[in-house]
Amino acid sequence: MDYYWKANLKILFCLLTIWFIVSFGFGILLSDWLDQFRIGGFKLGFWFAQQGSIYVFILLIFTYVFLMGRLDKKVSAERDKKDS
Amino acid sequence: MTVQEWTFVMVGMSFAIYILIAFKSRAQSTSDFYVAGKGVNPIVNGMATAADWMSAASFLSMAGLIAFLGKDGSVYLMGWTGGYVLLALLLAPYLRKFGQFTVPDFIGERYYSNTARVVAVLCLIFISFTYIAGQMRGVGIVFSRFLEVDINLGVLIGMGIVFVYAVWGGMKGITYTQVAQYTVLIFAYLVPAIYISIIMTNNPIPQLGFGSTLAGSPEFLLDKLDKVTTDLGFTAYTENTKSKIDVFCITAALMVGTAGLPHVIVRFFTVPSFRAARKSAGYALIFIALLYTTAPAVSAFARMNLIDSIQDTEYSNSPQWFQNWETIGLIAWKDKNSDGLIRYSSGNALDGIKPVYIDGEGSSGERLVLNEPDFSNENEVYIDRDIIVLANPEIAKLPFWVIALVAAGGVAAALSTAAGLLITISSAISHDLLKKTFMPRISEKQELLYSRLATAFAIGIAGLFGIYPPAFVAQVVAFAFGLAASTLFPVLLLGIFSKRLNKEGAIAGMLIGLIFTAGYIIYFKFLAPELNTSDNWLFGISPEGIGFIGMLINVSVSLIVSSLTSPPPKEVSSMVEGLRQP
Repeated sequence: MDYYWKANLKILFCLLTIWFIVSFGFGILLSDWLDQFRIGGFKLGFWFAQQGSIYVFILLIFTYVFLMGRLDKKVSAERDKKDS
Repeated sequence: MTVQEWTFVMVGMSFAIYILIAFKSRAQSTSDFYVAGKGVNPIVNGMATAADWMSAASFLSMAGLIAFLGKDGSVYLMGWTGGYVLLALLLAPYLRKFGQFTVPDFIGERYYSNTARVVAVLCLIFISFTYIAGQMRGVGIVFSRFLEVDINLGVLIGMGIVFVYAVWGGMKGITYTQVAQYTVLIFAYLVPAIYISIIMTNNPIPQLGFGSTLAGSPEFLLDKLDKVTTDLGFTAYTENTKSKIDVFCITAALMVGTAGLPHVIVRFFTVPSFRAARKSAGYALIFIALLYTTAPAVSAFARMNLIDSIQDTEYSNSPQWFQNWETIGLIAWKDKNSDGLIRYSSGNALDGIKPVYIDGEGSSGERLVLNEPDFSNENEVYIDRDIIVLANPEIAKLPFWVIALVAAGGVAAALSTAAGLLITISSAISHDLLKKTFMPRISEKQELLYSRLATAFAIGIAGLFGIYPPAFVAQVVAFAFGLAASTLFPVLLLGIFSKRLNKEGAIAGMLIGLIFTAGYIIYFKFLAPELNTSDNWLFGISPEGIGFIGMLINVSVSLIVSSLTSPPPKEVSSMVEGLRQP
C-alpha cells in the first residue's frame, strides 16, 4: 500500500505548490509587478490578492477530491483483482 | 413599519426557527452530542462549517477593516480562506479516519500521553474562549443599535437562545441550526451588497461591480478610489502600506491558524467517511467564499460612499446615520477649524484616538468629547471600523427591511460561531478531561449529563465576557490564531506525516511554540505597547504574524527532540500507517 501513500504525497506536493504560487506569489510577493497588467477595472495583483486566490483555493480542493477519488478506485480495483 | 419594528420581526422569526430546529434534532447519545452521530451529509456539513467559521468578526467587522486597510486587507481574505486548502489536503480526511470525538483525543492517542492531551485541552480552551468573547460583543452591538435595548439584556437573550439549542441538541442540534443561520447570514450579506453594487456601478454582481466603471461615468471605481484616498493623504486604496514580509507572515499565520482551530476541525468529524470529509471541506469553502469574495467589494463601495456622503458637508446637514452612530458612541466629530464643515482625511482626529464623551452640545449641535483635537493633521472624524457593514445599508439609503435583515444576519453569525465553540469547549472538558483522564469510570449516560453541564457552564462564562467585555478583546484575536498555528497545527500535521515523531518531541514543540508566540504577543501588546512598531519587531514581523514563526520553531524543535529520543511504540506506528490507507 506504499504506492497509495506515495501517489497521495505527489498529488499533495503539486497542489500545494499551486496554492503557494497563487496566494503568496501572485497575491503578495509578485503582486506589485502584476499590478502593471489589468483585467477590467482591477489591477491584476490586487485582483489576485482580494478575489482570484480564493477562486483558485476552491478549484484546488475539488481537484484533490477528484484525483484522490480516482486513486481510491484504482487501488480498490487492484485489491479486488489480487483477492480473486 | 419602522426599522426597529422590522428588526423585531426579522430577529424574532429567525430565533423561532432556531428553536424549532433544535427541538426536532435533540441529542440522544454522546456520539450525537459530540459529533452529530457521524451522519451529516457533506454539503450540509459544508454549510454548517461556513456558519461555524464565519463569526461576528467576519460578518460585522471584516469589510470595515478592509475598507480602511485597502489592499492590506487581503491578509484576512486570503488568510481565512487559504487555510481550508490545508485543512482539506493535510488534516481533515486523516483526522476523520482516526474516528474519535475531539481534537485532543487524537493528540492524546497519537502521542500515547495524557500530558499531551491535557496541554492540547488547555490550548483549545484558551483559543475558544478568546473567540467567544468577540461573538457576545457582536450580539450586544446589534441589539443596542437596532432594538435599542440595553447591551446586557441583548447578551442575556443571546445566551438564552444558545443555551436552549446547545444544551438540548449538542452537536446534532447545532449542525442543523447552523444551516439555518448560514442561510440567514448569507442572504443578509448579499442583498445589501447587490443593491449597493447596482446603485454604484449598474452591475448586480458585487464581485464584478467593484472592478467596473462608476454609474454614469467612464471612470473605474477603484481608480477613483485610489485618487480620492491619495488626495486625502491616505495610501492609495489598491496599494500595500504594510511591508511584504509582514503581509506574508500574517497571511501564513492566519491560514495555518485556521487549519488548526479545534472548533473547525471537529466539524469534519461529523461526516460519514474520510472521503466525505475531503468533499465537505470543498463545499465549506464555496459557502465561505460567497461572503469572502463579496466582502472586499462591500469595502470598496463603503469607503467611496463614506467619503462622498460626509466630506465637506455641514454638520447640521450630515446624514441621519452619522448622528445615529454618534449617539451610540462609535462616531465622533471635532470641528478643528471651526468652520462647521465635516473634514475627513488621514490621521487621528482626537488625542488618545478613542473618544471620551461629555454632556452638552457643540456649536453645530455635535456631541462634545473630552479629548483634545490632534492638530498634527486635518482629520476631524473618528469612525469605529466595526460599524461599516451595519451602517452601509443606511449610508446607501436602502429600504428598512434590508437594514433589519442585516441585523438578523449579524446575530446569526455571532450565535452560530458561539454555539460551535461552546460544544468544542464542553466536549474537551467532559470527554478529554473527565472521561479520558480523571474519571474514566463514568457511564455514557453520565458523560452525556456532564457534557450538558459543561455546556451550560461555558455559556455562563461566555455571557460574563459579553456583559463585562475585557478591554483586550481586539488584542487577543491575534492570540487565538497565533496559538492555533504554533501549538495545535504542527502536532496534528506531524502526527500524520511523520511516523517518527514521539511524545517528547510533540510536547516540547507545543510548549516552545506556546512560550515563544505568547511571549512575543504579550510583550508587544500588553507589557510594552509603546514599542509596538515595525522598527522594534523581529525581522519586521508584527504580533499578528508571529504565529507563523512560532509554527516553524515548533516543527524544528519537535523533529530534533524526537530524533534524539526513543521512537514511538509499534501500536502508534501502525495506527499512523492505518490513517494513510484508503
